[in-house]
Amino acid sequence: MKRFFVPAAVLVSLALASPAALAQKKYDPGASDKEIKVGHINPYSGPASAYGTIGKAIGAYFRKVNDEGGVNGRKIVFITYDDGYSPPKTVEMARKLVEQDEVLLVFQPLGTPPNSAIHKYMNAKKVPQLFVATGATKWNDPKNYPWTMGWQPNYQTEGSIYAQHILKTKPNAKIGVLYQNDDYGKDYLKGFKDGLGAKAGMIVKEVSYEVADPTVDSQIVQLQASGADTFFNITTPKFAAQAIRKAYDIGWKPVHYLNNVSASVGTVLTPAGLDKSVGLISTQYLKDPTDKAWANDAAVLAWTAFMKKYYPEGSLIAGENFYGWNVAQTMVQVLKQAGDNLTRENVMKQAASLKDFVLPGALPGIKLNTSPTDFAPFESVQLIRFDGKEWVRFGEVMGK
Amino acid sequence: MEAFLHQVLAGLATGGIYASLALALVMIYQATHLVNFAQGEMAMFSTYIAWSLIDAGLPYWAAFALTVVIAFVLGVVIERVVIRPVENAPVLAVVVVFIALLVILNSVTGWIYTYTIKTFPSPFPEQPLFGIKYMSSHEMGAIGVTLAVLLLLYAFFRFTPLGLAMRAAAQNPESSRLVGIRVGWMLALGWGLAAAVGSVAGMMVAPIVYLDPNMMGGILLYAFAAALVGGVDNPGGAVFGGFLVGVLENVLGAFVIGNELKLAVALVLIIGVLVVRPSGFFGKVYVTRV
Amino acid sequence: MSRRQLIVLAVVLALACALPFLVSNYRTFQFTLVLVYAIALLGLNILTGYNGQISLGHGAFYAIGAYCTAILMDKFGVPYWATLPVAGAVCLVAGFLFGLPALRLEGLYLALATFALGVSLPQLLKNHHVEKWTGGVQGIVISKPDAPFGLPLSPDQWLYFFSLAVAILMFALARNLLRGRIGRAMVAIRDHHIAAETMGVDTAMVKSLSFGVSAMYTGVAGALGAIAVQFVAPDSFNIFLSIVFLVGIVVGGLASITGAIYGALFIQFVPNIADELSKAAPWAIFGVFLILFVYLMPAGVAGALRMALARWQAKRQND
Repeated sequence: MKRFFVPAAVLVSLALASPAALAQKKYDPGASDKEIKVGHINPYSGPASAYGTIGKAIGAYFRKVNDEGGVNGRKIVFITYDDGYSPPKTVEMARKLVEQDEVLLVFQPLGTPPNSAIHKYMNAKKVPQLFVATGATKWNDPKNYPWTMGWQPNYQTEGSIYAQHILKTKPNAKIGVLYQNDDYGKDYLKGFKDGLGAKAGMIVKEVSYEVADPTVDSQIVQLQASGADTFFNITTPKFAAQAIRKAYDIGWKPVHYLNNVSASVGTVLTPAGLDKSVGLISTQYLKDPTDKAWANDAAVLAWTAFMKKYYPEGSLIAGENFYGWNVAQTMVQVLKQAGDNLTRENVMKQAASLKDFVLPGALPGIKLNTSPTDFAPFESVQLIRFDGKEWVRFGEVMGK
Repeated sequence: MEAFLHQVLAGLATGGIYASLALALVMIYQATHLVNFAQGEMAMFSTYIAWSLIDAGLPYWAAFALTVVIAFVLGVVIERVVIRPVENAPVLAVVVVFIALLVILNSVTGWIYTYTIKTFPSPFPEQPLFGIKYMSSHEMGAIGVTLAVLLLLYAFFRFTPLGLAMRAAAQNPESSRLVGIRVGWMLALGWGLAAAVGSVAGMMVAPIVYLDPNMMGGILLYAFAAALVGGVDNPGGAVFGGFLVGVLENVLGAFVIGNELKLAVALVLIIGVLVVRPSGFFGKVYVTRV
Repeated sequence: MSRRQLIVLAVVLALACALPFLVSNYRTFQFTLVLVYAIALLGLNILTGYNGQISLGHGAFYAIGAYCTAILMDKFGVPYWATLPVAGAVCLVAGFLFGLPALRLEGLYLALATFALGVSLPQLLKNHHVEKWTGGVQGIVISKPDAPFGLPLSPDQWLYFFSLAVAILMFALARNLLRGRIGRAMVAIRDHHIAAETMGVDTAMVKSLSFGVSAMYTGVAGALGAIAVQFVAPDSFNIFLSIVFLVGIVVGGLASITGAIYGALFIQFVPNIADELSKAAPWAIFGVFLILFVYLMPAGVAGALRMALARWQAKRQND
């Protein structure tokens, strides 16, 4: 049953990787016949501690893998540290992982500023900085930073997809934008403006908020007063729920585009009110385990069973846990492909040769692809619209 | 003009949030002459207790009353167990204990309840009152509750022997002891009362901002500013300060300097007020004796 | 200084110099950060411990220092060592100017004003008017210097010695300042400002100057920190940094020069210990450590050591 969900692509890619498996055993620091040391940095404390659960979900998944015999017979030793979302601490922890714990690679550090802080160091040390948990564009730069790779679709691409949709369906829209005043918000906004291109003048009002703001009510009122009839909502879950509710309550009814970061039925739309969320447009690349549409989906059931067994204190409505489960499987896939050649170079090589890899949690039709010149695993997303009960997919899979 | 009015009303609504927490800060200041940085987290934690009670099936008002009582007891216990041992330590050492309480409560809540936002019910009707759509009925109701708490506190400190004794204990512990007031217990009661007021604030705030462990982080700063601008020893001033900060922030953000710098500019204005009137609008001016 | 103090100082210095050869580069880096924090804490202690002005926003001066260095190195190609005096000077002026209106504020009100500074500065750094200098939300990446003159030292070791030299200089200067006329005036203002004024101390000048000097120390620390970490961004300097500084001087010991070092060791290593103990709630562990320290050593580590020493001496005399 457990094995059932590992799709055929895994087997195929394993077969492709067999030359490596046949080759002599080769190890870099952190790998041996018995174990593979994987380093990880996450904000378990501090302002971004809501994301700490990703690290716990990843750790739980690796425990499951080890219980089932490990990767090619080797146990994953998962070493995770807290950086409190403070870049200087991230540097310290990355150095601890690389120089003291001697991990094979550093996996999934979270956030653009923390990853920026260690970007240069990891590449100078030639240690993989794999599948970083941020949607900035700069992680896809194999020429200058061959040791760093992102994972999720980048914010700019997603922003430009909404722009294209608006240009196609509502060419005379008056757009209002609400964004978080940090790297994440500005990346989305840039992609959105690039997507509008010459027609960026359609944006009639841009307002920002700070993470420390108690509410975004004032910003929503400003957007309504601007006369905008289309709303691009670049907010994290709490603020997204506030924005959806406030817009509804004051009777502002724009065409409402919500970024993928907050497209969760369980943690955003339910608190905001499902009736107030009707008509929202967003994108997805992973299934939403809190969406009724996937209630009986094999992958979601497998995830729920996994959570109950390996991370029972974790929340079943937190999308972060589903995300962690999926990204950990990508990591395991790369390690499997690397076979007995567990050098850092080969790990990067395998990470850069994912071919139509299908994650169980990914939406139908969305596959992971990488190449030596393309370090962006997820590049396609699916447009979705909320019908009051569940997200309904429409149009084709967009992106590459 | 309509947009302006709308911003002012929205500002009053958020101002009500600041006011309710500022009230709790003033309570503890009156009792102990310290500003409790953990006040926001205590309020947040109490709100989670209320959430658990409602989740367990208690009706809203029963959960509300029970939470206020639990918060009161919690406040007294914290004073007795955590604060009492550092009573005679330097002020900054006590501040560090407050910071410790803040991080402990925040972290433990996240651990128990996870960081996923939760909805918290409102006791007020869903439909807007008097057909005003600029302010939800909960926001109006919350302002009403804050004002009611203010009146209750005023009456308590003004007319009850216990309230008078608490004020006496805070202002002059030595003399109070001489007239038979148990100063230690008065301090503990002050903490309990502040925690109870804070729990009401938390339960009024949570339906607006959603319940999560970091709910009070940003609010505390504004409440702190509100309490000081109104006069830290004056509950009425604190509530006024809350509304002032809320409206000022919105109007500045929307019409003058943009949202990016509204916090900075609002704070600069407040500091400006303080430079001119160092005790706030309604604070007492103390003259130091050499 | 007594002879015994000189001996202790010499031993500590010898140990500090030997350290990078005894531990790994990573540990050396951690101790470089300890030195950086020690300078920052010394700055805050000058203001809060000696002059009695509370600051909840010293992270702002740390950030200004760090950004001065990063911008000078990144945009103007200034060598790292030359950026420190600039960062210090800029912070001296910034601190002095901030200290002027703060003169009218005391206690809680000053706490709010400084808190506001600490909260707003990261937002100002993100503002689009200064974005082309500060790199906005993305921050600035800078390079770590190599050891000069072909010294056989790793960059980490070199930076450690560089920071050590700066720290020794700053501590020596602070000691002279605090023991001199100005230092006594600062303490007099803290203990009784009206009495100090009647004794002829220019309180306004001394208080503003304390603010300036304090900011300068913290700014130099920020500059060194930026070089060590090789990265600055608004997220590196959030309000928690300021609060951690305050925690550092209280745990280390208020109004104590050596307290800055104990405080720096605490804020560098205790969060790591908390993280090792619990992934579920590392902050809770950190909070418990804080409370324990304050209970056991209400006058800070420096105060506790002083008391232990005094007790030991008294005992020896009695024997």
